[in-house]
Amino acid sequence: MNEGLRERLGEMLEQVSGFIYPNEIEIHWSILIVVYPYLTGLVAGAFILASLVKVFNAEDVRPTYRLSLLTALAFLLIAPLPLQFHLAQPLRAYEIFLTPNLTSDMAMFGFVYAWYLMGVLLLELWFEYRRDLVVWARQEAFPMSFIHRALSLFSTDTSEPALAFDRKAIKVITVIGIPSAFLLHGYVGFIFGSVKANPWWGSVLMPIVFLMSAIVSGIALVMFLYMILTPLRGEPIDMRCLDKLASYLFYAVIVDFSLEALDFIHRLYQSEESIHILGTLIANKLFMSLFVIQILLGMLLPVAIMVAVKSFSLSAELRKLLYFTAIILIQLGIFATRWNVVIGGQLFSKSFRGLTTYKMEVVGIEGLITALVLLALPFVVLLILLKVLPPWRKAEA
Amino acid sequence: MRIPEQIRRLSVVVLIIVAGLLLTRYLVPASLVKQRVYRAASVKREIAREVRYAGGSICINCHEEVNEQKKKGYHKTLACETCHGPSAKHTEDPSAVKPFAPRERKFCPLCHEYNPSRPTGFPQITATAHNPLKPCITCHNPHDPVPPQVPRECSACHAEIARTKALSRHALLECTTCHTAPPKHKQIPRSVRPTKPESREFCAKCHDKGSPQKTAPKVDAATHGERYLCWECHYPHMPGEA
Amino acid sequence: MDQDKRDLLKGLILFIPAGGVIGALAKAVAAPAAAAGKEASARPETPGYDPTNHYYGMGIEVGKCIGCNRCVEACKQENDVPREPFFFRTWVERYVIKKDRSVVVETVGLKKEKRKEVVDQEDTLRSFFIPKLCNHCANPPCVQVCPVDATWSTEDGAVLVDKNRCIGCRYCIQACPYGARYLHPETRTADKCTFCYHRVVKGLLPACVEVCPTQARIFGDLKSQASRLVRFERMNKIHVLKPDLNTQPKVYYSGLDGEVR
Repeated sequence: MNEGLRERLGEMLEQVSGFIYPNEIEIHWSILIVVYPYLTGLVAGAFILASLVKVFNAEDVRPTYRLSLLTALAFLLIAPLPLQFHLAQPLRAYEIFLTPNLTSDMAMFGFVYAWYLMGVLLLELWFEYRRDLVVWARQEAFPMSFIHRALSLFSTDTSEPALAFDRKAIKVITVIGIPSAFLLHGYVGFIFGSVKANPWWGSVLMPIVFLMSAIVSGIALVMFLYMILTPLRGEPIDMRCLDKLASYLFYAVIVDFSLEALDFIHRLYQSEESIHILGTLIANKLFMSLFVIQILLGMLLPVAIMVAVKSFSLSAELRKLLYFTAIILIQLGIFATRWNVVIGGQLFSKSFRGLTTYKMEVVGIEGLITALVLLALPFVVLLILLKVLPPWRKAEA
Repeated sequence: MRIPEQIRRLSVVVLIIVAGLLLTRYLVPASLVKQRVYRAASVKREIAREVRYAGGSICINCHEEVNEQKKKGYHKTLACETCHGPSAKHTEDPSAVKPFAPRERKFCPLCHEYNPSRPTGFPQITATAHNPLKPCITCHNPHDPVPPQVPRECSACHAEIARTKALSRHALLECTTCHTAPPKHKQIPRSVRPTKPESREFCAKCHDKGSPQKTAPKVDAATHGERYLCWECHYPHMPGEA
Repeated sequence: MDQDKRDLLKGLILFIPAGGVIGALAKAVAAPAAAAGKEASARPETPGYDPTNHYYGMGIEVGKCIGCNRCVEACKQENDVPREPFFFRTWVERYVIKKDRSVVVETVGLKKEKRKEVVDQEDTLRSFFIPKLCNHCANPPCVQVCPVDATWSTEDGAVLVDKNRCIGCRYCIQACPYGARYLHPETRTADKCTFCYHRVVKGLLPACVEVCPTQARIFGDLKSQASRLVRFERMNKIHVLKPDLNTQPKVYYSGLDGEVR
């Protein structure tokens, strides 16, 4: 047997408090499985923000529409990677598409992912960019002209009826897209919420809590990108847009917080068999990541900041600074939320009699460095997408 | 009505994807996707795994006399391989592969070392105190384990009770104060059992307020505890504790 | 069969919302395979053995277990379970309920080096051993969640893992309420008790049952009226582990203490 594993498990055995089933010493879902729901959450959140523009005609946030779609795509393309790297037999991953077990929620991954990528996101982007691609291709030199022509699927029609069809198609896709985005992330929540063996996970609220926190993190991410990219291009930040985004963010955080509070109070009030071990869990193992990072820094402080911004008329510069602080804190908080669910759910024994410890690797395939690379990769993809499909460049006819 | 250009372009993409999927469907071998095929292969692999424990009945074929001895003794419920280890190889080639035969002192205490979680009545010893340094098999025949001489002490078998009593206020009482063990009990312990006190009067001999016994705590045996028998509340091997 | 209908329904319930265009296409790929498998499942090639005639389970007589760990040892020998003390297809737990009603549990043979939780005998109210293993549930959550159909219930009532199919996602390990599964460090696939399927189909007992010196473990066929297991069920008050989770375990305990989870 692998000496490293043996040594690691030996050390972990010493960390166990109380009794755990002997096979539970190894923590099976590592930091990579924390990264996965975090990434898909950003996808769903960014897409839902984009949908607000089209479905509810939220004109104020139009400047972020294309950016949101591209962000969603960049993160969606990287989202399966942490899953892939986490498999103990990564070369067999194709089986999930070939012979999905129809009773398994996890087997639906292939369908949900493919549908969302091809049926929603790429389709909407194609209709949105089609006219611009055609026009750009005419004005550019090789190779960009070819890339844009190929991306437009060699279409040429830029007549007004064709553009009207594009607009209508986008509207339809968005209407289908919102439930699909809910499905994409609700499904991730369902994977945890449906595990009846684990009282920390097994809750009907789980998909909804996942979804709301996804919306929070997605809006915060698009705000972050908008606030970074716009000055880099030498353009002024549209404060009406930013204030509106912050306002959406504020309401999303409030709903998210209420849902999580409901879940918490419900568990406490029902006081089932598992309440003692869960109480010990959050008091000992999750105090820092749950109370301090997730709730205090990731929720209460940003809410306080946004309340302050709403109540006092502050200068644009100060608002920007405060918003920026808030969205960084929110990202930190949502990552902590994912951590607390995924890692927290494995730190207590299903015998409800003891706690174990998660020792994160640093260099291994399931280690910290891999996780950081996977968190950085979507930004690289986004950079390429921004080069190929610049969201701010409207083609002159 | 004219079909919009977008629909035509997209249909080509959709057609390519569908064609790709259908093609995969026919290219992928059945052993990968047909449940019946891969299940059968898996069950076959599972069944083909090597059997290492031969199973009890086959040993009798050659070792009849040992079995005759064992099946009458206290080890009658043990399989040969409980002690001798996995011996399927030995049954295939008896002369080349000899099964494990535990002769060391550390083996028998795996079962017979005193452990308070072990069921009452299961024979247990404290290895450090029980003829230390002598291998168990010098005195006990593992195929027919009986004490080499009839034990003088009850604690040889009733270790748990002896240990409990040793810590209690009844520590100085002999077992025979309350129990009478027929001599036969030492040979066939489960068929011939020792006596147990049957009535309140038995305890009252020491514990009634009229008793001549000096040190024992006294109660009024006529009224104390109403109709209940003493040992329904007081554990005689650890009195004073409920 | 009812079970089949239920499976189909469950599949549909999950399938339809997730479906969509791609889903329907993929269904064309997946469904014939799934349907074919349901009709005729695999027959092991052991002469004279028909899995449809058997349905296995195990009984545990708690009062007989002496915690000698011979079963754990035999299981590791028979099934290539890693010798390191972190992987178990079966294990024995020792329970000590103290006078203050607090409970101390440990796995026999799995000792921490630095700290030993020794309970003074004077503090002990009651104490006993509990052998544990895969419960081979009739409604197994591990089988339900496996995304690639790599674990399944055989007709004769064993839950097996196909180690050539398992992708190592470990969802089954998370879904098992009993901690009966682990990731085998050499094959890198999920592993668990098989009821010694390779022995049972040949008429042998599972290795743990074979070596148990006090016959605390009783293996048998629930379909046969003359089996030791059915007699055990008739003669004892029976309980299973975590019945509230509706996993319908087929490892039956007699004399099981309420503190055992």
